[in-house]
Amino acid sequence: MTDATSSLPRRAAKKPSRLAMLTTRFAENRLAVFGLFLVVLAILAALFAPWIAPQNPFDLATLDIFDSMLPPGSTGSENGLHYLLGTDAQGRDVFSSILYGLRTSLIVAFSSVGFSMGIGLVAGLSAAYFGGALDAILMRIVDIQLSFPAILVALVLLAILGQGVDKVILALIIAQWPYFARTARSAALVERNREYILAVRCLNLSAPRIIARHLLPNCLPPLIVIALIDLASSIAIEATLSFLGVGVPVTKPSLGMLISNGFEFLMSGSYWISLFPGFALALVIMGINLAGDHLRDILNPRNS
Amino acid sequence: MSTDMMSKETRDADLGAPVLKIEKLCTWFDTREGTARAVDGVDLELYEGEILGLVGESGSGKSVTGYSVMGLIDPPGRIAGGRILLDGRDLTRLSEEEHRRVRGKDIAMIFQDPSMTLNPTLRIETQMIEAVRAHEACSTAQARRRAKDALDMVGIPSPEERLRAYPFELSGGMRQRVAIAIALLNKPRLIIADEPTTALDVSIQSQIIYELQTLCRETGTAMIWVTHDLAVVAGMADRLAVMYAGRIVEVGTTKEVIEQPGHPYTRGLMGSVPMHETRGRRLARIPGATPSLLHLPQGCSFRERCALADKACTRMPELAQHHQAQSIRCWHPGETDR
Amino acid sequence: MQAFIVNRILQSLIVVLVMTLLVFAGLFVIGDPVQMLVSPDATDIEKEAVRQSLGLDQSFVVQYLSFMRDALHGDLGNSFLTGAPAMDLILKRMPATFELVICAMILATGIGLPLGILAGLRPEARSSKTIMAGSILGFSLPNFWVALVLIMIFAVGLGWVPASGRGETVQIGPIAVSFLTLDGLHHLILPALTLSLTKMALIIRVARAATREVAGQEYIKFARAKGLRKNRIVGVHLLKNIMVPLITVIGLEFGRTAAFAVVTETIFSWPGMGKLLIDSILTLDRPVVVAYLLLMVVFLVFLNLVVDLAYLWLDPAAREKGRD
Repeated sequence: MTDATSSLPRRAAKKPSRLAMLTTRFAENRLAVFGLFLVVLAILAALFAPWIAPQNPFDLATLDIFDSMLPPGSTGSENGLHYLLGTDAQGRDVFSSILYGLRTSLIVAFSSVGFSMGIGLVAGLSAAYFGGALDAILMRIVDIQLSFPAILVALVLLAILGQGVDKVILALIIAQWPYFARTARSAALVERNREYILAVRCLNLSAPRIIARHLLPNCLPPLIVIALIDLASSIAIEATLSFLGVGVPVTKPSLGMLISNGFEFLMSGSYWISLFPGFALALVIMGINLAGDHLRDILNPRNS
Repeated sequence: MSTDMMSKETRDADLGAPVLKIEKLCTWFDTREGTARAVDGVDLELYEGEILGLVGESGSGKSVTGYSVMGLIDPPGRIAGGRILLDGRDLTRLSEEEHRRVRGKDIAMIFQDPSMTLNPTLRIETQMIEAVRAHEACSTAQARRRAKDALDMVGIPSPEERLRAYPFELSGGMRQRVAIAIALLNKPRLIIADEPTTALDVSIQSQIIYELQTLCRETGTAMIWVTHDLAVVAGMADRLAVMYAGRIVEVGTTKEVIEQPGHPYTRGLMGSVPMHETRGRRLARIPGATPSLLHLPQGCSFRERCALADKACTRMPELAQHHQAQSIRCWHPGETDR
Repeated sequence: MQAFIVNRILQSLIVVLVMTLLVFAGLFVIGDPVQMLVSPDATDIEKEAVRQSLGLDQSFVVQYLSFMRDALHGDLGNSFLTGAPAMDLILKRMPATFELVICAMILATGIGLPLGILAGLRPEARSSKTIMAGSILGFSLPNFWVALVLIMIFAVGLGWVPASGRGETVQIGPIAVSFLTLDGLHHLILPALTLSLTKMALIIRVARAATREVAGQEYIKFARAKGLRKNRIVGVHLLKNIMVPLITVIGLEFGRTAAFAVVTETIFSWPGMGKLLIDSILTLDRPVVVAYLLLMVVFLVFLNLVVDLAYLWLDPAAREKGRD
């Protein structure tokens, strides 16, 4: 009796301690913390872009054509704006464009990863749980698709679908869901063969319930890692597609689009139009990868 | 041939100088939680043609002792003190290259699991020829002939075919024979065998034990047989050394240790192993678990599991002579349970 | 083993067939190419005539079947723009792309493999941590942006190498190559380096992981116990075992790199088939896009097959299993 009561609060205290342990281990790697800092910074900058940016780069009324192609650190001729990172050919403040471009890039990345993770989870978990023909068919599709580079799949899809933020998201979802499906399936398969799942099945619980309550939680650690890696590659692929001119439309530029816009001026020495959006892009992707890489190490049960 | 004769003569004449003499060897591992003293002041001697059984549980430091002699201790491990004298030469002072020339030439090692010790992607002949040519400038053909002879010696049928094979094409027992043949290639002074039969079928175990014993006797090679299984070494070793928590707690001739074990831990080990000497008795069990090397009790490491422990045991006992060749590290040597 | 190979070839053929259907179905709904071909003031009758002459008025199934029949004869249609056979256009551009990709893979493997092994042998060393941080950087920096920076520094800033084109080429049979002339090498180095960076980062990571795994194996300890020299242990015992996972990665990445060359070729105006693809997508030149995709499908599937066979060759135990 005393045993049972004394063990209760102990068990309750165990859960936060695992999270605390993960946090401590994560904090041990300074590079990873720096990466996380970059990511949080980027998200905040994108969220609060309208309040931080000195100029709304899409509001034509605020643009001044006489301020075009100004180098970093210049001051606007009429409006007195300080152009920290210079201006582009239309007289847009590069710094403001980056903040707004970050918005587009992150919206595309987060929504595509969110959807592909959802689809991949459902497909992977069902394949693992039901097995048989469903598993065989789903995994054949995954295998075939994984043998083609995501960039190629996305490129062809966009050639079919045309430009647009929504279309880029759709293309990325189609290109990336197999990664999640495969990861979810293999994690769930390990778990499925454990004895307690067999026991739970004997209790005659419904399939969705077993999947959601028992298989899902165990698939999450590897999926979070994949999601982070995919977040980085989504941003990179979207930027690449936009750079090639098949991604987001000119009216809603992402970081890749900005870099592309400045490309033609690179040779004439106006480096800032391309270079600074590029730095922003590289820092965000690097931040995600630094954090994701370390997270993978500490979530890997073999390393603990 | 002549060395054979010599070894017999020298052994007859007061055993001569030891092949291997370990003095106060300390091998420590620096971990995040502190320094684990895996081997802490071990003394051992080994003479030509002699087989020493080094017995202990996992974590007792018996394998680490073997690896220390081989010079295969990697960071975070290090040899923190003591000397390892091979024919009078201190191995702990050798440079990496000098030590390499000793490994596989003067001292050879046989590992536990034969399915893991041979490289799966290389043919047997490749793995044997390279072992010869690492120590001698000779032609591939010569080295191959030596390899074939070695396979012959350990009783492998049609060695020519086996040379061309990949490890996965051989059975477990055959693989271990190949490993033994590799160990014998350069006619070493000393072989360290780390549980070489644990992973094998019982019938093959006894064959391998018999063959190794014969080979040592014939060639005058000394051998340290590391094992957790008293029953395996009882029949073959000349002397036994029992290790517990990084220290030798009892050493003596096999007869002495088996027939009149003096340390309570040795008695516990004997009691828990079904063998000829314990027939009809109830199998005993040592209470408690092996202590962590990071949190050893003060004084005698075994006292928390020992029925004889008293105040005296809070101080570390010395390894003291108990009976002729038998020495025991205990304040109550030879006493029976109260 | 033979049964295994036959089985793999059959599987590959099915994949190719499914992909042709998917590609064709996808491209079937792409924007109307007729609008691109005729002048803006053409009448509906004129448009209809063009449509009929290209066979675009027929049903999907008929179009697909006739497409497949022609494809089997090596005819993937003519470019809407130039009228030249699409297959010829691509084959003409293919050597340039392959030259670029092979150079990139050689760079990536030649630099990445030793670095990865080094980092795997001493995971705690400062040099290893630097290598790994560098590989994350290589992984993270978007390819096209790296290309821009390299152009800015080495072409615009220092003027050491040209920023675009292929330079002087040498004919080897029907194939023109750049790497045999000094001018060609100058043109090749930047795009090849750009293309190799991500792959280098990947190979470093795979080599490091495999090295850590293999270095902990008993047979490496046994090799050390035999007194082998370090060069031999790393160069033979370790290398042969890490090659098994590495060959798979290098082989599959070869295909991915060929696909990714699209980006690099566009930036450096490298006249390969990737640049052709982008140009064709932007101009809705459907036959060229289809031809590119189909050749790529066949190439990637073939590569998968080669990787599988290489795997059998490298791993004697797998060879044994394949035989049963």
